[in-house]
Amino acid sequence: MSNYLKLIALGLVTLFAMMGINYARDLAYQVHAVIVMLVAGGLFLYTLRRTDEPALAAGSLEHEYFDSVVRAGVIATAFWGVVGFLAGTFIAFQLAFPALNFDWAQGFANFGRLRPLHTSAVIFAFGGNALLATSFYVVQRTSAARLWGGNLAWFVFWGYQLFIVLAATGYLLGGTQSKEYAEPEWYVDLWLTIVWVAYLAVFLGTLIKRKEPHIYVANWFYLAFIVTVAMLHVVNNLTIPVSVWGSKSVIVWPGVQDAMVQWWYGHNAVGFFLTAGFLGMMYYFIPKQAERPVFSYKLSIIHFWALIFIYIWAGPHHLHYTALPDWASTLGMVFSIVLWMPSWGGMINGLMTLSGAWDKLRTDPVIRMMVISVGFYGMSTFEGPMMSIRAVNSLSHYTDWTIGHVHSGALGWNGMITFGALYFLVPVLWKRERLYSLQMVSWHFWLATIGIVLYAASMWVTGIMEGLMWREVDANGFLVNSFADTVAAKFPMYVVRGLGGVMYVAGAVIMCYNLWMTVRRAPAKEASLSVSVPAE
Amino acid sequence: MSKKSQKFDGDPNTTGHEWDGIEEFDNPMPRWWLWTFYLTIIWGIGYTIAYPAWPLINSATAGVLGWSTRADVANEIAAVEEANAPINAKLVDTELTEISADADLNSYAVSAGSAVFKTWCAQCHGSGAAGAKGYPNLLDDDWLWGGSVEDIHFTVTHGIRNEENEDARYSEMPAFGRDELLEEEEIDQVVNFVMSLSGEAQDASKVEAGSVIFADNCASCHMDDGTGDRSQGAPNLADAIWLYGGDYATLTETVTNSRYGVMPPWNARLSEAEIRAVAAYVHQLGGGE
Repeated sequence: MSNYLKLIALGLVTLFAMMGINYARDLAYQVHAVIVMLVAGGLFLYTLRRTDEPALAAGSLEHEYFDSVVRAGVIATAFWGVVGFLAGTFIAFQLAFPALNFDWAQGFANFGRLRPLHTSAVIFAFGGNALLATSFYVVQRTSAARLWGGNLAWFVFWGYQLFIVLAATGYLLGGTQSKEYAEPEWYVDLWLTIVWVAYLAVFLGTLIKRKEPHIYVANWFYLAFIVTVAMLHVVNNLTIPVSVWGSKSVIVWPGVQDAMVQWWYGHNAVGFFLTAGFLGMMYYFIPKQAERPVFSYKLSIIHFWALIFIYIWAGPHHLHYTALPDWASTLGMVFSIVLWMPSWGGMINGLMTLSGAWDKLRTDPVIRMMVISVGFYGMSTFEGPMMSIRAVNSLSHYTDWTIGHVHSGALGWNGMITFGALYFLVPVLWKRERLYSLQMVSWHFWLATIGIVLYAASMWVTGIMEGLMWREVDANGFLVNSFADTVAAKFPMYVVRGLGGVMYVAGAVIMCYNLWMTVRRAPAKEASLSVSVPAE
Repeated sequence: MSKKSQKFDGDPNTTGHEWDGIEEFDNPMPRWWLWTFYLTIIWGIGYTIAYPAWPLINSATAGVLGWSTRADVANEIAAVEEANAPINAKLVDTELTEISADADLNSYAVSAGSAVFKTWCAQCHGSGAAGAKGYPNLLDDDWLWGGSVEDIHFTVTHGIRNEENEDARYSEMPAFGRDELLEEEEIDQVVNFVMSLSGEAQDASKVEAGSVIFADNCASCHMDDGTGDRSQGAPNLADAIWLYGGDYATLTETVTNSRYGVMPPWNARLSEAEIRAVAAYVHQLGGGE
């Protein structure tokens, strides 16, 4: 019966997409209509072929973990990671050598089109898939229960990939609502909302049917991330489409309120997507890899609630010295500084979990990766509050210092903890005894670490330099430098930054090879150990 | 889950919870962490009392220091303006041609003009004032509307070919091709003639015919010898300096469709002192007359 409803829905979507292709008012919408038509049409045929076939007995899988979707998530994470890092490295060189904005690719592959492609690919495609895969893995293991909702987890996974494809193609074709990190247009936003609610349902459903008496701390962070991102996404994307056949829409918020909502969203995308969600990862994979108990339960409770409560107010520090009223700017700054210790609570719990196991840093490059990620987390969460101080911000705002800051967080913290989790997960999920090569992990570690150092250091230098050049005045109070002077002065640092990116990509490619060979070549785990059953 | 990790089971320091083999120590929060957290909260409360912070119904608390970003920047601007007021007054009162004779005034005018130029002019003329296609180079002595400091001052004040200022410099070359004033063949000939004026390679067989067309259609503004007329903003065509380009294709485009370069009237945005300063700055770049 449900198959008939599915067929009707898919048929209607296919039909509507065909009409969309015909009536489309812009290229992005038209291409998206083609993609939607192909996906919905393909699913229609797929469902049709399976209708009225004998189904698998329900509940037969209830005693196994749902790991196939986690495996898919691991592959997607590695794939989108390399795509996103490559895009980032390319646009880094576009800034150093503007000739790379090829004439023949104007309007598709110039910096302005590729930049959101890079940011969304690394944050939402790489980071998002890492969060999907690890949260599905962790919530099952720490709840001793299979994912709730049957194939709903597959809907979440593939629905999210469709969102990524629609977002990425939209950027290249000019479909953007020009809100940083929230560029996708209205229909893509609506689709993501549906997928995200399904994600929440799967995660919450699994927590509810858990067999453990308590909810593990990693799951608090994952749940906070899922719930808050849903709220942020909906409020920041309240738009009215100009036409149902076009990608353009108009935001409901006026002027400075729109700016404030945007940076409330933007800052908490960092806070809940890249911090809370990844702390969930940290809280599972570090104790597992170190085989040590978490350092302090009390600290985890206090820093969790402090982080959740305080982060949400810190957004106005993105709008110092703008049309935003001073009082909002002060509050944003104060909450950012109070946020310093709650952020560091996670770092302390991560690092101190290793006390008694520090010797593993010598022998286990995976744990080294996790430790350095926590180190970069601590550095960025100190740098962030510092940059939110109005006086510091008056120098750092709009400069490359900000770019360096987000990258020491994104490459160092989010990237490294994800790599660590992938190195942990692949042998487990593919039932291998060990990784193919620990030496390659070491290579990855050093390439990535040196790449980040080159990146962050060069951006500190150019950021502070251009900030000082912008404000430099002579004895009579007149500006000394024109904007173009500051751009020219940054050139050598832009090349260094690009080289840092090359090293980071190279490390990720080595990782992909290593993981691939782990699946292909590493010795299989013995059958008796490989049965993963939620225990009673 | 019933199975317990062997290593830490029964350790009085753990909470007794266990998930997938992960346990938790019941360690206290590090004191330095907790006290730093308290300190930031106390500092935060103090800061929000000192500075504008808490929203009320129709306004917000102003902070006991009475500080605001707008007042801050207004004070800074006022301080600079006050310090420069006497010399700005002198700049406005001095004859334009006399500025360069007064060393102090001249050095002030040039540094002020340089700042004005970097902020308002560099977008088109380049931060080094070398110009670009369609935007004149201000470093050379080839002037469209005159290179004396008074001429430059007038151009900056009123702009070129704009609707906003009645005294804007104004002239318009006919679009000889688009408006069918000349045949394609005639344009071809006159372009070859123009190229011959500055000694560029040209099709010699067309130059003579072109010279007749030039005399009939172009010489009234560009003069018989092609050296132009500044009173009409008609460029010198004989000096091998080109605003849009001196190659065959570009000249054909120029004659066919004409050009219409514009410049805003800066008296709407800049003070008289600033305009004088930027005129003095441009004048001393190298080509001033």
